[in-house]
Amino acid sequence: MPDWSEEIRAALVGLNLNPAQEASVADELAQHLEDRYDEMRHEGVDDAEACRLLRSELNDGRLVTELKDLLPPVSEAISPGQDIRERLLAGLGKDLRYAIRMLRLNPTFAAVAILSLALGIGANTAIFELLDAVVLRTLPVQSPQQLANIREIHGGRIGNTVARQKNFSVALWQQIQQQQKGFSGIGAWSTETFDLGRGGEAHYVQGMWVSGSFFRTLGIQPVLGRLLTENDDYRGCGLRAVVISYAFWQRSFAGRTDAVGSKLSLDGHPFEVIGITPASFYGLEIGRNFDVAVPVCSESAIRTESSWTQSATTWWLDVIGRLNAGWTLGKANAQLASIAPGIFAATLPPEYDATERKDYLRFGLKAETAATGVSELRAQYADPLRALLAISGLVLLLACTNLANLMLARAAARQREIALRLALGASRRRLIRQLFTENVFLASVGAAVGLILAQVFGSVLVAFIGNSENPVFLPLYPDMRVLLFTVGIASLTCLLFGVAPAIRIGRVEPGTVMKASGRGLAGRQHFLLRRGLIVSQVALSLVLVVAALLFVRTFRNLVSLNPGFQQDGVLVADFDFSALHVLAQNRADYKRELLRSVRNIPGVISAAEAAIVPLNGDGWNEFIDIPERGVSRKLVYFNAVSSCYFQTLQIPFLAGRDFDDRDIASSPPVAIVNEHFAHTYLGKTDPIGKTFRVRQDGGKPDRIFHIVGFAGDTRYRDIHDEPTPIVFVSPYQRPIADTDSTFIVRSNEAPASLILSLKDTAVKSSPEIVLNFSVLRTSVLEKLTRERLMATLSGVYGALATVLAMVGIYGIISYMVIRRSGEMGLRIALGARRTSVVGIVLREAAALVAVGLMVGTAVAIACARTVRTLLYGIKPVDPLTLIISIGGLSTIALAASLLPAIRAASVDPIQTLREE
Amino acid sequence: MQYIGAKLFERELKKGSTELLILSLVEQRPRHGYEISKLIEQRSEGLLKFNVASFYPLLYRLEKRGFIRGRWVEKDGQRRRRYYRLTAEGKKVLKDQRNCWADFVLAIARITGEEHA
Repeated sequence: MPDWSEEIRAALVGLNLNPAQEASVADELAQHLEDRYDEMRHEGVDDAEACRLLRSELNDGRLVTELKDLLPPVSEAISPGQDIRERLLAGLGKDLRYAIRMLRLNPTFAAVAILSLALGIGANTAIFELLDAVVLRTLPVQSPQQLANIREIHGGRIGNTVARQKNFSVALWQQIQQQQKGFSGIGAWSTETFDLGRGGEAHYVQGMWVSGSFFRTLGIQPVLGRLLTENDDYRGCGLRAVVISYAFWQRSFAGRTDAVGSKLSLDGHPFEVIGITPASFYGLEIGRNFDVAVPVCSESAIRTESSWTQSATTWWLDVIGRLNAGWTLGKANAQLASIAPGIFAATLPPEYDATERKDYLRFGLKAETAATGVSELRAQYADPLRALLAISGLVLLLACTNLANLMLARAAARQREIALRLALGASRRRLIRQLFTENVFLASVGAAVGLILAQVFGSVLVAFIGNSENPVFLPLYPDMRVLLFTVGIASLTCLLFGVAPAIRIGRVEPGTVMKASGRGLAGRQHFLLRRGLIVSQVALSLVLVVAALLFVRTFRNLVSLNPGFQQDGVLVADFDFSALHVLAQNRADYKRELLRSVRNIPGVISAAEAAIVPLNGDGWNEFIDIPERGVSRKLVYFNAVSSCYFQTLQIPFLAGRDFDDRDIASSPPVAIVNEHFAHTYLGKTDPIGKTFRVRQDGGKPDRIFHIVGFAGDTRYRDIHDEPTPIVFVSPYQRPIADTDSTFIVRSNEAPASLILSLKDTAVKSSPEIVLNFSVLRTSVLEKLTRERLMATLSGVYGALATVLAMVGIYGIISYMVIRRSGEMGLRIALGARRTSVVGIVLREAAALVAVGLMVGTAVAIACARTVRTLLYGIKPVDPLTLIISIGGLSTIALAASLLPAIRAASVDPIQTLREE
Repeated sequence: MQYIGAKLFERELKKGSTELLILSLVEQRPRHGYEISKLIEQRSEGLLKFNVASFYPLLYRLEKRGFIRGRWVEKDGQRRRRYYRLTAEGKKVLKDQRNCWADFVLAIARITGEEHA
């Protein structure tokens, strides 16, 4: 006799009934057919005929038609052609509704789960968004993949470089422009800050120097007016046109159309606004927006005698080009390599000596893709952001581990329900799918909320990175890459916290579960998953705590580092008097007079002038020779400082004298050197009275300096730098004095309180002096933003990880204790002391924590080695850090286990046995 | 007006009366589906016969309307079967339908009966 049940199911498959109902109908009809078959056989009908007749009854079509209206389907019917056994998507809507209903019945669990996921996913997405904006996102210009940066390949340049390494002098740029063939358009540019004001405290805006071909090369179209062209950029163009950005137009002109044609003052010079760039264009430097774009040819009109345009040894321009159609980067590079020798030969600075000439003529040119722009921010933050992404990924993993534990507990509580459903005919696959639907829903809601939180976190991160001196412009928005990332990690988290309960469902034996009591003597083998969770939580937490300690100690090392001078209580004041047009021969006296006025301000303890403020990133170096010591052509840092510089910054003055009024332009040049200079070039001899030579350009004879003083070491450009030889000279003995003075002012009061008085002093001299103020300690701290970011975020994550691990361990040990309460009760009933029961639980917890710590230590050491470049004053494998982390986590983990252990020892054995 | 042939008339009669037959057969005691269909066939002497495709939809319709209730029962020595019994609502409907049929049959008999001279 055929299997009528199977044949009936096959006939009913199109109705898409729920499995229980389908089973019921199939059973009932199968029995009818079996009875009819028996009857026919009894009447003498043969087997084949009986089967044929019954099949014709079954398949006459009316059954399905009639039942279709009577029995509701589970969901949409499966379309013809699909495998009748394949019901992957059938019932998905019902599963989703069921999942939502179950979560509504457990609002606390749902809230905890969604919040954990939202915070974890949000933090990860925020950091990825930042990484995307800094490293991955292409420029908002036409076909960014065709853009290439041309840069110089060199061993080392002698002369002046302006902050971020720029590549070309004007002469070099012009040669490249004339001789290159690989680019359909090529433009030069540089960043600059301009003062919009006319005297008084400076009102700086972010600017760009651009060549006439710049906007055309990038394919930028104006929203109003026109953009700079080759006709606006020619030698001697003077002060002409300027282009402003959309953001600046909105901010300063309220979006008025009469902005085009209006006048704008830049560093006291009038320019006409000729056009406005689109809102999407913010320049080529990631992290920096621009307000105004000025033609390169106007530089000499603004800077006048200190212009960079005519200098063959001032590298201040970058060059960007758009590849010709059909040209690859390789082909363009080959062409650049062929023209490079001629270009460098044509631009050789005449003042170079033989060695310098030989080095210069070896320089080369190279083009690199510029689709993602250029960025100092990228160089500074790409590695820290990657490290932070890894750290926040680990925190999310920890949150998933906790969530997996919660899901396991829920699955355990629903074990009887699951067993019953399996017994009634539900398939395991269907139940697992239902569980995953719930997980997908949780992960989706968590991801959606996380995406919103990511915008908030992202804004906080950008604000953290920027500061008053260097604001950061980074538009953060969830582009396709960010959305894919969010979906990716949401899917991964769903899988991670869902797989453990799914495995559990796969192992449920309905019969065993239905017969078993609620708790029972649960053996150790039942807790393998949970033991794994404890080990992984401890391991992850240790990695995060070690990372946090390393970064926090790095930051502490830098903040507490003695740079060789006293940072607190010092105000830095820039006085730019170029607008006064003081004659060169009178500038030294004017500067001394200004300094005297500053020193006379009430509240000022000490003041000095300095060309380079320590640790502000600027630098000035020269080649020196000390023939009697065999020192030849050594590059040494210089600084021009007035008297009282060492006193103002409280730098130890070790021997000799400070600069004074004897040191003027007509007197022999004198210098003060630091300890490092003395030890490096003069050995153990007394430096006072020794001399050294400084090479001069243009064939002039070397200047011979006499060392009159000897001071302690200080850091020079950056706090990360090691002490280096430094020579201090007097600003009043320089061949040509500058048109600005930077004063370093010490006061007993808050440095910022001196600003008003300094402004008055400047105004008394002339209201056209442009002023800028900064507090030295604040400026130095702002240079440590990267380390501060790492320390703060990794510290927060480390603390969070510790809390998550503590909660997780407590939860898991509590659960294990509850499941084993029967065993504990039995032990106590048989005479075991309660303290020994506590010991059992704690020993088991300790063993798991120990395994977790071992695994975590190995992982932490491996991870720490990858971030060695981000550390300062501490090795990646630091024994003290490891000991503190391991000790701290062990204590917390055992403390989390103590309460459940005490609870285990408090069970009433009689009550427990009664329940058994 | 369309002529309704004997076969069609018969089918319509069967359809209309089957509900009454099923309800009346489960009035006294619960029965399973095969038993109900066999009883109808036997007591109608073969005039009323159902196959599985036509009978069970009727049964489920009655159950859906709440006139009968099905329940799986496992008896010793027997495989489990689905037994149907009459509900309170079904009892009311059965009484009404019986009365309707009785009145209908009487009315038909009065109209179609031979006239006596």
